[in-house]
Amino acid sequence: MLYREAGQYKTSYQSDQAIFPIAQDRWVVWAFVAFAFLVVPFFVNDYWTNAVLLPLLIYGLAALGLNILVGYCGQISLGTGGFMAVGAYASYKLMTSFPEMNMIIVVLLSGGITAAVGSLFGLPSLRIKGFYLAVATLAAQFFLVWVFNKFGWFYNYSMTGQITAPDREVFGFLLTGPSALPWVKYLFCLTLLAVFALIAKNLVRGRLGRNWMAIRDMDIAAELIGVRPLLTKLSAFAVSSFYIGMAGSLLFSVYLGAVEVGEVFGINVSFLVLFMVIIGGLGSIVGSFLGAAFLVLLPIFLKNFMVDGLGMLPTMAKHVEILLMGLLIIFFLIVEPHGLARLWQITKEKLRMWPFPY
Amino acid sequence: MEFLIETILSGLMAGVMYSLVALGFVLIFKASGIFNFAQGVMCLFAALTFAGIMEKTGLPWPIAFVMTIGVMVFVAWAVERFVLRHLVNQEPIILFMVTIGLAYVLEGVGDILWGSDVKVLDIGLPSGASDYMLDNFNIYVEKLEVFAALIAAVLVGFLAIFFQKTRIGRALRAVADDHQAALSVGISLQTIWVIVWSVAGFVALVAGTLWGAKSGVQFSLSLIALKALPVLILGGFTSIPGAIVGGLIIGVGEKLAEIYVGPFVGGAIENWFAYMLALAFLLVRPQGLFGERIIERV
Amino acid sequence: MSAFVEPARMAGHSGMAKGEVLLRVDNVSLSFGGVKAITNISFDIVKGEVRAIIGPNGAGKTSMLNVINGFYHPQEGTIAWRGKVRRKMKPYEAASNGIARTFQNVALFKGMTTLDNIMTGRGLKMKKNFLWQCLHWGPALTEENEHRRKVEEIIDFLEIQAIRKTPVGRLPYGLQKRVELARALAMEPELLLLDEPMAGMNLEEKEDMSRFILDVNQQFGTTIALIEHDMGVVMDLSDRVVVLDYGRKIADGPPDEVQASQDVIDAYLGVPHEH
Repeated sequence: MLYREAGQYKTSYQSDQAIFPIAQDRWVVWAFVAFAFLVVPFFVNDYWTNAVLLPLLIYGLAALGLNILVGYCGQISLGTGGFMAVGAYASYKLMTSFPEMNMIIVVLLSGGITAAVGSLFGLPSLRIKGFYLAVATLAAQFFLVWVFNKFGWFYNYSMTGQITAPDREVFGFLLTGPSALPWVKYLFCLTLLAVFALIAKNLVRGRLGRNWMAIRDMDIAAELIGVRPLLTKLSAFAVSSFYIGMAGSLLFSVYLGAVEVGEVFGINVSFLVLFMVIIGGLGSIVGSFLGAAFLVLLPIFLKNFMVDGLGMLPTMAKHVEILLMGLLIIFFLIVEPHGLARLWQITKEKLRMWPFPY
Repeated sequence: MEFLIETILSGLMAGVMYSLVALGFVLIFKASGIFNFAQGVMCLFAALTFAGIMEKTGLPWPIAFVMTIGVMVFVAWAVERFVLRHLVNQEPIILFMVTIGLAYVLEGVGDILWGSDVKVLDIGLPSGASDYMLDNFNIYVEKLEVFAALIAAVLVGFLAIFFQKTRIGRALRAVADDHQAALSVGISLQTIWVIVWSVAGFVALVAGTLWGAKSGVQFSLSLIALKALPVLILGGFTSIPGAIVGGLIIGVGEKLAEIYVGPFVGGAIENWFAYMLALAFLLVRPQGLFGERIIERV
Repeated sequence: MSAFVEPARMAGHSGMAKGEVLLRVDNVSLSFGGVKAITNISFDIVKGEVRAIIGPNGAGKTSMLNVINGFYHPQEGTIAWRGKVRRKMKPYEAASNGIARTFQNVALFKGMTTLDNIMTGRGLKMKKNFLWQCLHWGPALTEENEHRRKVEEIIDFLEIQAIRKTPVGRLPYGLQKRVELARALAMEPELLLLDEPMAGMNLEEKEDMSRFILDVNQQFGTTIALIEHDMGVVMDLSDRVVVLDYGRKIADGPPDEVQASQDVIDAYLGVPHEH
């Protein structure tokens, strides 16, 4: 009863095209945003930021980026891990070369550098399609990880081959390094995510987004009505890589602090983010977050349940976790191939009719 | 000169192994349009099961081998019954993701059942250098690799006959061309899928056994199997000869590059070289080695 | 409907007068490997007419359209568009030159709504850059709304208001064909290529579609080239007809003349071929 739109008339195209055309949605979203920005920062502690909130925000950003490429433009990529590594190493080099640089600039520049690399690896997409392209993006994954392992310049010739984030501030608050405060990290990531989620939404409902979807749904027809395939695909690769690069940069500098490329940015990350996108819902901004939340929270829950609840050995629990993740993924794809976003949508549609569905 | 020939030969042998894994991919892709990412893990799983049965029960290897085939057929049945049946007419990317899920499941089950430590798979396959080649041509060749090549040749011959001459083979090709048309002439998709996945499981077992005998059964096996992917894009997803030739090209190319290019860029390029080679090739010929020229229609 | 008619636009973008040659195909041949799809075909399309291309299945009609809008590149021959001769042209260049197209098998963007599909057709006319699009505010928003208004006019014209927000994958076939026409019209083309716009439609839908085609031609002055199998429709709609058979042109002229031609009758009724 509360969720109905009778009486909400739209008198302009602008209000008809709004992100949340239904008033109740707008209130809930604003309430949620206010809660995340104004309430949560006062209650976060180390455990919550490190185990839950930061991975959620950072992987949410990465999933958003990949969703632009896979969900909106229809180009499958398995190179996410490699592109995140580009973001991480770019920000490491920027942080160590220009100690005075504002961290916001560092993260944005890292995204920009990743966008350039991503577009380069997107070039084959003009000639290669579908799974052939997916396999081709694996080249990016393996090649990039190799590059960062092989050439000392990228990790400043450190003995361990690791990169470690130095202490850097943002507006006078310490953001990176071991003594940074949880709420600073949280707010920094949250702000970036919120801003770029809005930008993503704006892009996909504008001309560029429509061109991406046109290429995704039927590339030949798109070309015949004037969409330029190369430009459109490359822009999707660039924007997507920009987001993924920022996520990689944050993962390294704010969240982990120290990174060894093969472990953190291996092919498993590529799959993880792809799963987030698929389980969340291809071609849905909110789906990216739902998928990220699901796959960040699930392992924590499983681990707590099996190790602490059932007293299982950690190694055994790890194996069971892999098995369960696999089963859940299969289950999800069978039950709702369009992801959590579709479930969400169906719930909303039912709610609009409730309690008189006919 | 001998060194070059040795390099090429060992590349060819490694290529045969890649081809075997790629073969499993091709079979499933041809019959169902599914890009089966789990094929690599299937190799691992089959080899793990094989080694595990021998280790736990002490049975002689032929019996264990037959039992493992049984397990792979069961896996095929379970995949059809619990997964594929519910996903008829889904988009390819969904099916692809499902096979990644499947890879996780197989990996988890394999680890839980048989443990994750490295297993030795000793079934009396020939090992050591071939004396004949060493004496007559002064070239070092592993016996096991020659044996693997022979097995692969036999397997390919067997599959070719199976596909071309038998009734099931004809049904398989019909399904590969058009699911609905095949259904309408009375072919049971479900049976076909079980058969195809069983055959792919068998191929995985053979590949896994050969790899395992060479370097032990361990998780890295499924990563080696990823190398079958560039082989696939080189040879085309639907071509069995493509899988073979592609495997050989990748095997040789990789070895040559490692020796003649590797030192200039700091080595360890085998992780990505195959992909770059395949990528470069695709840019020139998007349809792969044996594919027909793609004519797009509207 | 009437609000959509703007006399200024009827003159066309090029300022060409009615009756001038808009597009001329000269001695075009196209083959795939050893298969000849089109052999040495020449014809022209004049501004403002409805030009039908007919012929039995496999005669090369669709290939001809593909050549015109740059999707296939002929091995021989030239195409002159507004008097300018070109050999090769990318499809999106053809689109920006004012050639729009519908397809034999509906080629809509299935995951998008009717509105978004038609808006895609406006893409070439939208100029605001990437950064404005990121903000979706100010000039970008104004532009978006301006084009939305244009699209709504087309939606009104084709009477598809009710399905504005429906994903086109869920629409019945007849409506999909109409949305496809809407998308092509959104490009405000000078030449509209229609590939079997009435295939698979029932009588009522055919009548509707014929009406829309004539309206487009007469109200907007859009030149139309269409492929159609329904001879009744072709004879009623078109000003001139070109007939293809086995990749060759066998007749060209006004409908009555073509209908009476012995070659055409042979092609349709099946007289043994000499090759």
